[in-house]
Amino acid sequence: MTEISSDVRELASREYKYGFSTDLDEDVVPRGLNEDVIRLISEKKNEPEWLLEWRLRAYRHWLTLSEPHWQNVHYEPIDYQDISYYAAPRPKPALQSLDEVDPEVRAMFDKLGISLAEQERLSGVAIDAVVDSVSVATTFKATLAKAGVIFCSFSEAVQNHPDLVRKYLGSVVPYRDNIFATLNSAVFTDGSFCFIPKGVHCPMELSTYFRINAADTGQFERTLIVAEEGAYVSYLEGCTAPMRDKNQLHAAVVELVALEDAHIKYSTVQNWYPGDAEGRGGIYNFVTKRGKCAGANSKISWTQVETGSAITWKYPGVILQGDNSVGEFYSVALTANHQQADTGTKMIHIGKNTRSTILSKAISAGHGQNTYRGLVKVLRSAEGARNHTQCDSLLLGAKSGAFTFPYVEVKTPTAQVEHEASTSKIGEDQLFYCRQRGIPEEDAVSMIVNGFCREVFQELPMEFAVEAQKLLSVSLEGSIG
Amino acid sequence: MLEIRDLHASLGDTEILKGVSLEIAPGEVHAVMGPNGAGKSTLAQVLAGRDTYTVSGEVLFNGVDLLALAPEERAVAGVFLAFQYPVEIPGVGNLYFLRSALNSIRTARGEEELDAMDFLSLAEEKMKLVSMDRSFMGRSVNEGFSGGEKKRNEIFQMAILEPALAILDETDSGLDIDALQTVAHGVNALRSPERSMLVITHYQRLLEYIVPDRVHVLAQGRIVQSGDKGLALELEKHGYAGFEVAAAP
Repeated sequence: MTEISSDVRELASREYKYGFSTDLDEDVVPRGLNEDVIRLISEKKNEPEWLLEWRLRAYRHWLTLSEPHWQNVHYEPIDYQDISYYAAPRPKPALQSLDEVDPEVRAMFDKLGISLAEQERLSGVAIDAVVDSVSVATTFKATLAKAGVIFCSFSEAVQNHPDLVRKYLGSVVPYRDNIFATLNSAVFTDGSFCFIPKGVHCPMELSTYFRINAADTGQFERTLIVAEEGAYVSYLEGCTAPMRDKNQLHAAVVELVALEDAHIKYSTVQNWYPGDAEGRGGIYNFVTKRGKCAGANSKISWTQVETGSAITWKYPGVILQGDNSVGEFYSVALTANHQQADTGTKMIHIGKNTRSTILSKAISAGHGQNTYRGLVKVLRSAEGARNHTQCDSLLLGAKSGAFTFPYVEVKTPTAQVEHEASTSKIGEDQLFYCRQRGIPEEDAVSMIVNGFCREVFQELPMEFAVEAQKLLSVSLEGSIG
Repeated sequence: MLEIRDLHASLGDTEILKGVSLEIAPGEVHAVMGPNGAGKSTLAQVLAGRDTYTVSGEVLFNGVDLLALAPEERAVAGVFLAFQYPVEIPGVGNLYFLRSALNSIRTARGEEELDAMDFLSLAEEKMKLVSMDRSFMGRSVNEGFSGGEKKRNEIFQMAILEPALAILDETDSGLDIDALQTVAHGVNALRSPERSMLVITHYQRLLEYIVPDRVHVLAQGRIVQSGDKGLALELEKHGYAGFEVAAAP
């Protein structure tokens, strides 16, 4: 394994491509958390009383909680009083077009290769851009409005569609769910809201790029997507973050609600700053994502490609409440350097003949530690439920690790649950075979890893699939000395 | 074309090749035969650049020091190894793999890459050589292939890459008689005055179809006898027993 070890050393020393920060004029709340801070956030956002009450209930509950220790990741204790809970670019008048966006913000997106102008002109994808905690531009609103689709920042939704927000907020992830979701409920600053009315097939893929910009500002996004009866939406989430010395907590919450015959497809490419070669810095990505198939024959699919963050800790799950509803989870998680990932899914079968599919591909390089943790729970009511789980791990180098913790709870005798798992090393034999055919080692590693992930990439929308493949190749770039 | 001089190869403390010398002229087909454990596959792997062995001696390939080159550089120089056990690469399409290989080699040689359409027609033409059908194209590299399909795939790859030196490592193992004939037909079609071949086999059977110019017997890490194709028949009759005694120090 001598050559692979040298690959891994090189891999460990790769620099984070998006490590820059933009000098924006920030409006930052002093560090620390108490009821006054929460009142301040709510006031700044001009929120209704019920939402402030909800935040405060969450905060008071949060005070009673402590962090769990069952996860297979290790990190220094988080000092919640050392975090600033709100940062926003200085308030500006409402934007009529992209031209009004802060030039520095535009430049930052250009650096990331996701310039809004280009996106708008070429790809037909609407982007609700979140810089730190406030949305700065939303595109394609007109087209979407014509179809009756609401796609806006969470703050706007609170102002313009308070009844919808009130009806669905916390209906999938209650504020008491877990310590990080509870914290998010108390202090979330912005995020995205998406509502697809009955029978509407959303005319375009919806996309949000998140950025973490202000130093030491924890980011607490809140996303809520509701698809009414027979509606369809495909939602893309992609992330990069600038280089920072200090760990940054990211505790987002994503809630999806699918009513009868609705279908929500949620795809993520996550490439936040993973820390340096020694593991310093990097994002703590502690996210709660959950969907509810509330109606019969509804479907929710999660697809994620996780290559960034110092620690990734998330389990996008589906509550299969409606009869014949379908939940899917497709995941690629790459950990290099000292990155850690403990990720997987939860499929909760409640309705009759509900079905779920889990396909997890974990790649570990360097000292990377990769854990799949998944729960398949079939309640007594879920007659005829079926699940198929497949977990594959690929190891590069001798110091990386892969773990699989499947939890299965079945309460009905008519359920059918299957689990397959495999762990393989990127083989000397495979590499030698490729090289003997004339393929340089670096290309061979990239080819083998991409092949390993192919089944998941097939689930991504086209443009994301290309991006994901590039991301994996970039992550493995310079891996040959 | 190929000159091997006093080649030694060890795996850890065990010396497997103990001074092999061999010369192959352009267009010649040489067979290396020998009992199990004689070092036949080691010879093939060392020539292709497998780095798990400690190697000494000299190998000149068209005057170039082959041992100084990385495996992919040897491929660019024109060395091809048909593996005894072709590996599976899940998720990587067979044709995609082969086009990447061909274009890597072409790029390294300063030639233009072949585009997808040109490559496809080249592949379709070469597939006929080994009676492969189109279903091979979409499948992952060797994944779920039968033993015979894997060996045919190796010869197909060789036909695409058109090497100057082809090393066939026990290409006959695990093949039934029909598959053997198909593979041999493919190999024979690729014989040319510019292409040399080193055919490694345990049995004489393959050499009925791929008739060699020279036959060498490798036993206990040394070439103990060389001759023409008649030597192979002799081996079939008497086995390797005599050679193993002769090779003992």
